[in-house]
Amino acid sequence: MRIEIPEFCLVTLVGATSCGKSSFAAKHFKPTEVLSSDFFRGLISDDENNQECSSAAFDALYYIAKKRLDAMKLTVIDATHLQEIARKQVLNLAKEQNCHSVAIVFNIPEAVLKQRNAARPERQLPEHVIRRHANDLRRCIRGLKKEGFRFVYVLNGVDEVDAAEIVRTKMWNDKREEHGPFDIIGDVHGCFDELTELLTKLGYISDDAGIWKHPEGRKAVFLGDLCDRGPRNVDTLKLVMDMVDAGNAFCVPGNHDVKLVKLLLGKNVQRTHGLEKTEEELLAQPEEFREKVKTFLDGLVSHYMLDGGKLAVAHAGIKEHYQGRGSMRIRDFCLYGETTGETDEYGLPVRLDWTAEYRGRTLVAYGHIPHIEPEILNNTYGIDTGCVFGGKLTALRYPERVLVSVPAKAVYYEPAKPLAPEAVEVTDDLILRDVHGRMHVQTKLMPVIDIREAQTAAALEVMSRFAADPHWLIYLPPTMSPCETAEEPEYLEYPTEAFAYYRKNGIAKVVCEKKHMGSRCVIVLCRSAETAARRFSVTDGTRGILYTRTGRHFFVESTMEGIVLDRLDRVLTETGFWNDFQTDWVCLDTELMPWSEKAQTLLQRQYAPVGIAGRNGLHQVVAALEAACGRSALHFEVDATTSGQNVDLNAVLEDFRNREDCLGRYTDAYRAYCWNVNSPDDLRIAPFHLLAVEGQVFTDRAHVWHMETIRKYMTGVDPVFMATDYLVVDVNDPDSVRAGTEWWLQLTGSGGEGMVVKPETYTAMRNEELLQPAVKCRGREYLRIIYSPEYTKPEHLERLKKRSLSRKRQLALREFALGVEGLERFIQKDSLYRIHQCAFGVLAFESEPVDPRL
Amino acid sequence: MLLTITYREKPATDLGFLLHKHPARPQTFELSFGKVYVFYPKAEPEECTAALLLDINPIDLARGKVGTGVGGLFDYINDRPYAASSFLSTALARVYGSAMSGSCREKPELAGKALPLEVHLTNLPCRSETDKLKEIFEPLGYEVSYVEHGLDETFPNWGMSDYVDLTLKGTVRLADLLNHLYVLIPVFDRQKHYWMGDDEVDKLLHHGGDWLKTHPEIRWITRRYFNRKKSYVGSALRQLLTEEEAETGISEETEDSTATADTGDLETPPATEPETETALEPNPERKKRRSPLNDQRLDAVVQAVRDCGAATVADLGCGEGQLLRRLLTERQITKLVGMDVSTVALARAETKLKLDRKAELIRNKLTLFQGALTYRDQRLEGFDAACVVEVVEHMDPDRLPAFARTVFLHAAPKTVILTTPNRSYNKNYEALTDGKLRHPDHRFEWTKEEFTAWAEAVCKDYGYTVRLSWIGEIDEDGQQPTQMGVFTKCG
Repeated sequence: MRIEIPEFCLVTLVGATSCGKSSFAAKHFKPTEVLSSDFFRGLISDDENNQECSSAAFDALYYIAKKRLDAMKLTVIDATHLQEIARKQVLNLAKEQNCHSVAIVFNIPEAVLKQRNAARPERQLPEHVIRRHANDLRRCIRGLKKEGFRFVYVLNGVDEVDAAEIVRTKMWNDKREEHGPFDIIGDVHGCFDELTELLTKLGYISDDAGIWKHPEGRKAVFLGDLCDRGPRNVDTLKLVMDMVDAGNAFCVPGNHDVKLVKLLLGKNVQRTHGLEKTEEELLAQPEEFREKVKTFLDGLVSHYMLDGGKLAVAHAGIKEHYQGRGSMRIRDFCLYGETTGETDEYGLPVRLDWTAEYRGRTLVAYGHIPHIEPEILNNTYGIDTGCVFGGKLTALRYPERVLVSVPAKAVYYEPAKPLAPEAVEVTDDLILRDVHGRMHVQTKLMPVIDIREAQTAAALEVMSRFAADPHWLIYLPPTMSPCETAEEPEYLEYPTEAFAYYRKNGIAKVVCEKKHMGSRCVIVLCRSAETAARRFSVTDGTRGILYTRTGRHFFVESTMEGIVLDRLDRVLTETGFWNDFQTDWVCLDTELMPWSEKAQTLLQRQYAPVGIAGRNGLHQVVAALEAACGRSALHFEVDATTSGQNVDLNAVLEDFRNREDCLGRYTDAYRAYCWNVNSPDDLRIAPFHLLAVEGQVFTDRAHVWHMETIRKYMTGVDPVFMATDYLVVDVNDPDSVRAGTEWWLQLTGSGGEGMVVKPETYTAMRNEELLQPAVKCRGREYLRIIYSPEYTKPEHLERLKKRSLSRKRQLALREFALGVEGLERFIQKDSLYRIHQCAFGVLAFESEPVDPRL
Repeated sequence: MLLTITYREKPATDLGFLLHKHPARPQTFELSFGKVYVFYPKAEPEECTAALLLDINPIDLARGKVGTGVGGLFDYINDRPYAASSFLSTALARVYGSAMSGSCREKPELAGKALPLEVHLTNLPCRSETDKLKEIFEPLGYEVSYVEHGLDETFPNWGMSDYVDLTLKGTVRLADLLNHLYVLIPVFDRQKHYWMGDDEVDKLLHHGGDWLKTHPEIRWITRRYFNRKKSYVGSALRQLLTEEEAETGISEETEDSTATADTGDLETPPATEPETETALEPNPERKKRRSPLNDQRLDAVVQAVRDCGAATVADLGCGEGQLLRRLLTERQITKLVGMDVSTVALARAETKLKLDRKAELIRNKLTLFQGALTYRDQRLEGFDAACVVEVVEHMDPDRLPAFARTVFLHAAPKTVILTTPNRSYNKNYEALTDGKLRHPDHRFEWTKEEFTAWAEAVCKDYGYTVRLSWIGEIDEDGQQPTQMGVFTKCG
């Protein structure tokens, strides 16, 4: 016997003990597909025949079965299943998992069973048990279908069992081998004229037989609700049926289509919502056409999985865990969606919005609910744009994700709820699951970034307590590693090592950018609040934001933020940026100065007190030592090795003089980054990356391009916005390297923090491995505010030179990859949660305990 | 870092005998945290000055080898090498130990005698408590003068620093002088560099015994010396004073919870402020350990839970579990969830509620988990009631719409009980001048009108009705410190 079962189903073996179930299962299924009750009894109690542990064994068995079905793995349950209550449990599991249930019944003569039982010395059952099993089986066979098994196969006798062949068939909804490209068309409702116009616009042509097809082999996908309400239902049906028959299109059913089938089957249905119109048209057609329509519509499959599973289509949409499965529940969902059972003010059912929670990577195209504009959320496209109600007929081109529409030629039917423009309603709420527990983020630059649970837990706290509206946070800047520790004796960091890093990794040209000592500040600016609402879903009337590296509003006072944004807008308008880049928003990576603007508390609690205490204390110490040394003192032998011993006071004086000098330099160092800000005029903002505008992420441009573009469009108009000095160095040319080093010495000698050395291109790889996108090389004086004022003392410096950069560098790479990924996702209009995961990941890594001085 | 002692009676160089340090012989001593030098900037018969110079290694300090520092950015940039601190006390005891005990072989009569001495102490951090300098040192017989320093002369608007250079003049025994300094330097500086052990009380009794007993500021000194560690304060006071006198001084102080978090962020000050809001009371003389307002508020919330008959309750922003503790014993509640964004708070809640020791019946009611109120969370759906007690004011105003969606749209419990401070009452708090809020982390505090408007808007948007009430002492304008909204879902 040929036993056909769906590729994904729950198979129940039904038969008495010794009927050969287990050997059959072993012959036809993978060992991992078969869950046998005996085996689980063994796991639980070390005894496969121990009936006392059956309850626990079945619990465990069902637990595993559920996990397998969750993962869409065919599963076979090998137990007797002679009691209805046992079969009920299997059927419930199948229903809960929305998978088909198959029963394979082993109807073996009682005599054979007894014979086999006798041959099993280790496991002999009393004869009356065998008899009871055989009786139970005979009684249950007839009712199996009625009990709810979708497919029932009965193998009568040993020969049939031996001859049986199992064939796995594809699921009806499985069209994964169809790769399109597709043009997915929303609810037509008999709007034939608009349909042909749309097909034409999409490039389809009608051949001699009047069958529409695309010359490049594109295929149309109809999302159902072909008829009712509109003017030309029969023509629409004909067109679609012909296309499907010719293999030029697919079609899934809508609720109207199903109702029409019922009507055609002669069932009692209410002729409302436009069905009366379709019926009238159909009655004018020959019987044979009606028959054809009936067969066509009745045979439609509620949803399709297309393009390797990357695309799903269903009339009312489909949740992720329904995709590719089959059950009545799924069919109903695909046709009607989910409703709360309540009705709204227009008498329409209140729907549960499955798209808000949708997190699948499969794009779902659906219709069913008319909106004036397509509804795009979380990788779902709702493209019923109410053509029959006077809206438009819309197609989604796949894989291009382009929407094409034609307007309705008339209002064919008055909608219950007016088809009116809706206010931007933000429905893309983030779900805790998106960022909770261990996270894996796939990025283009690094394959999979793994973020541990402790890191996400820490980030959740920072993000939810301090960060701005996540809609703004399309990018968080990565941390940056310093260059390797300098070999140069007096220095902790020196350009040689920065250049060497790129040289040894095959990068010839690097860009040295002056490192501003302020606070990192990401700016997102929209030309208007309307743009902010439309593009960023920020609806509080703001048009942009300045935020810190942890995603927090840069300014506590929103007025300051508004002023800076307005001034930037004025600059960009004046320089023609908006026009030249054809965009109405921009995202910039900048440094905002002075440092004291953001770090005031830190300066007042930490830096200045150390400065004043150090200068005052050391000054007094030096004076006291000078006085002591100046006295005509008796001379003692100096032995510095033991405690309480004589000391060379002149050496101590020398040491403390040096230290007093250090404190002076330390104070000068931090002072250089401080000034009082009395008005926005006192701020300085130095953009150094033009990160993104509409449609473009500029991580494919060289750093020199960024520097020059910023100079051209953002500076020279308003003194607040300033350019950054830079120098290109050829790391293989000793003269160029010398010039770079000189440049750095000059910068840092005049109070500069240092420089950032970047490869010529924004991203640089070696052997497919991402290189550090930048390394910083900080000045000797600047580092006093990092490593303590007196760190330059040789014995301190020697200890500080032992530092490890590897952890920092790993973090820098991952955060960089996440940062770029976030921007790209935003540009591709990806879902908020997908963009947020990138920013969240950066924050999670920033919670890592890594040496904060690096 | 520098302590000088000057003596001006002929022959002033006798100071060398008293200190057991020869004026012509500069010396150095190794201590675990650095070096000490003793030398004489002046050693004439008319005037002799001994200098003690403490040289702390800042790198050792930062790497956590010395002191209590846990390491981190802030410790590298550290005032410890330059300030007069408990390090200096330790150095005094080590280097001038004999002088401190009053022994002097060569000049025993001098050691036992009150002498005119002048002490100069560099960089004593006294946190704008300069008034206290006189109150503390004058009763011991000193003439007090000091020089203050601005934080940075380039930025006068940054204000004054904590440091003063202190000069004390008095006629005292040298040993007493040294003991005074030993005890009183850390009383002002307060950052003890070592963990206080049980012998700490003995140290105070040893160095402070006689003079401390009669000092009018004995309680203040003792409290500060032990950094308000109550058990030590009590123990020391009981030994210094009669029992009755001592008891009155102890119960006022609670243990300081000084949680420090190193963020590594160059822009964030090192220490997060301890939760002081519950401690903030209009009555400045706190008599009870726990604030009555906090109790009143929690009582009101529990009553509201009882009134709505909820069997399943979620405490959103449960913190360390004060409300959970009360709800756990409510018999009508069968299922209780405590959620907070801080894993540290949740761990503390678990400890404080002693969950591992509770009867299973009670234990199984409660689940604690981390979550955030700006993220939709399926785990919060289907509850009878949710409590959001003193939480919203910790959110930036632009995050409130997301909060409202999470709680009222998605979690959508039948009842939401929400409390928040009433800003209109803040005028009754002395500390809250210039529109200051009750807690450094509060992003806003609502007036009665603002809270009412927000509550009504939420009701309109998400289909709730609200009953507002106010909790706590009523002031002359009819304002109360806490406001509460009990939101009930329509239909």
